[in-house]
Amino acid sequence: MSNIIEHLPVLQIVVPLVAAPTIVLFRNSTLSWILAVLASWFCLFGSITMLNQINGGGEIPTYLIGGWDPHVGIVYQVDIANAFILTLLSGISAVVFVYARTSVRDEIPEAKHHYFYAALLLCFTGLMGMAITGDAFNIFVFLEISSLSGYALIAMGRNPKALTAAYRYLIMGTLGGTFILLGIGFLYMMTGTLNLEELSHAVPHYAETSVVRAAFAFITVGTCIKLALFPLHMWLPNCYTYAPSVVSAFLSATATKVSFYVLLRAMFMLFGAALIAQAKIFLSFVIFLALIGIFMGSLKAIGQDDVKRLLAYSSIAQIGYMVLGLSLDNADGLTGAIIHLFNHALTKGGLFLVMGCFMYRLNSTKIKDLAGIGKKMPLTMLAFTIGGLSLIGVPLTAGFISKWYLAMGALQAGMWWLLVLILLASLLAVVYIFRVLEAAYFGTPEKEHDVEEAPFSLLFPTYVLIGSTIFFGIWTEPMLGAARKSAELFLSSGGAL
Amino acid sequence: MNFIIAASSATHDASTIGGHGTFHYILIMALMMTGIYLILSRSNMIKSIIGLNLFQVAVIMFYVSMGKVEPGTAPILMAEDVPHAEHDGHHDEAHDADSHDAPPAAHSPDPKKDVELGAHTLDHSKKVTVGPTTSKVSKITYSNPLPHVLMLTAIVVGVATTALALSLVVRINEHYGTIEEDELEDKGVLI
Repeated sequence: MSNIIEHLPVLQIVVPLVAAPTIVLFRNSTLSWILAVLASWFCLFGSITMLNQINGGGEIPTYLIGGWDPHVGIVYQVDIANAFILTLLSGISAVVFVYARTSVRDEIPEAKHHYFYAALLLCFTGLMGMAITGDAFNIFVFLEISSLSGYALIAMGRNPKALTAAYRYLIMGTLGGTFILLGIGFLYMMTGTLNLEELSHAVPHYAETSVVRAAFAFITVGTCIKLALFPLHMWLPNCYTYAPSVVSAFLSATATKVSFYVLLRAMFMLFGAALIAQAKIFLSFVIFLALIGIFMGSLKAIGQDDVKRLLAYSSIAQIGYMVLGLSLDNADGLTGAIIHLFNHALTKGGLFLVMGCFMYRLNSTKIKDLAGIGKKMPLTMLAFTIGGLSLIGVPLTAGFISKWYLAMGALQAGMWWLLVLILLASLLAVVYIFRVLEAAYFGTPEKEHDVEEAPFSLLFPTYVLIGSTIFFGIWTEPMLGAARKSAELFLSSGGAL
Repeated sequence: MNFIIAASSATHDASTIGGHGTFHYILIMALMMTGIYLILSRSNMIKSIIGLNLFQVAVIMFYVSMGKVEPGTAPILMAEDVPHAEHDGHHDEAHDADSHDAPPAAHSPDPKKDVELGAHTLDHSKKVTVGPTTSKVSKITYSNPLPHVLMLTAIVVGVATTALALSLVVRINEHYGTIEEDELEDKGVLI
């Protein structure tokens, strides 16, 4: 058993990476689905094993790829923050991939199924790789693996607007990726290493040079593009609106979250100690951007008539909350940011799966088409209601815990006025969620729907994600423990910003 | 600009790189800005993609120029720099050959020979260090090969991005009959 644990870090990448081309070879829809599900379940099992090991006080040995010395080779290093993100990623994929079967058969032509699953697995591989790798250049490579397959996945949407959405995302995403590459180049120039561990020790020595500052600027802006932080969010709404339902759910729950994790790593582990002098100005600027993002996203969400688009704008607002927690620069705020990352992934993933159910039955996610649907599809609508409550942050849902911690962090930082703003923004969330609920439960349809409840194969995975938002809202210990330990790890490494 | 190159184990001041100071960085930045300007200003999708390519090429050139160490040569192991060359060239080669033969010998059906060879290799494995973990200080200055290797990956990524972008443009053209972002906006496609 110990032998397997030793190799688990690399298997997390190798298994889905090998499964993807295998799927293309088989050219069979069912078989490719089975392989994709098996690969994601294997990764889930692996990450839970590693998370348990670390939670139990153990350590996962650093994996040296090809046995090369860490200075020249690539290392995979799993710590508590990593293992937490990996578990989240593979957990979401394990659920979404199961859901994919029915939804993909409905939305993607049969001949493209194996390509779709292969791209989905590659995207998953890239995201897992970004989280697990301990090599700066490797982050860029995995980022591009996940992004390239992501563009292709988005372009597979039925609406031809998916093409222009994917094109826009490609241009923005490549700019972001290349910015990160340039930043990594600057760091390598100064330190002569790409190993994140060595970088975190070396960067503080060059903290006052313009090269390190340029590296910081490029890496931060690059990750913020991938993260869709205001004002770099323009690509996101169209992508989530026109992508196939499965892709919307998968990307909204994972892609931006991993980018946020990379931003956390870069800020706290690489540049933390290096930028103490400029920290105050920088952090207040980031708080400003995060707040604009929260309010702009929420207000725009209220005005949308397509629920998928509404959820996409709400995502921009939620990303604002995460960045807000990061920029508070204290343990509670950071814990709040990490918990928010976790439960927003569950909530938004679940809500987009609900949209997939509507897409399957109604072929539309427009609010006017959803009028009165609460009577025809009560279970689906109940899932949306629970997810919506978690998005608002009602007690007993996971959304409440993260907002609570963000509020605590704001108090600790002495910014009580943030409490008012967080509360106000939550009220905006109430407005846009209730617009949908009102239409669905009390609206009168233009013409009577002759639809029935979404099939079990779609409802079950949806309820697993939606149910988990309640589960983690009540049984907070596992999520809170891991998030707090991750926050401490970030704050203790290289010192706070 | 206080650029410092850390390559191999030696650090060189920027003024000595390629003998041209920071001149090449200015060129690279100019190329990069040209790329970004193209992306932002052109409404034609193909031209935007060209801009994207210029931008990526600039970063690639940045990496490649960064690997140059004055007065370094191409990073190919020179004869006089082979480990233990100062001893006996022939002798060393024999050792090298032994250590390379060792892994197949481990599966040899003859256990006697196996043990003998194994012991032989073990004996010399301490002396012969192969691979990048060698901590010996080289007599010859090489340019740093790592940035070049990294850029191989980045070039592949760039090619994949361009291919994907062009295929998207082809599909967009099929659906809307135009690749001008302005015209697409007029049709209400790009919001």
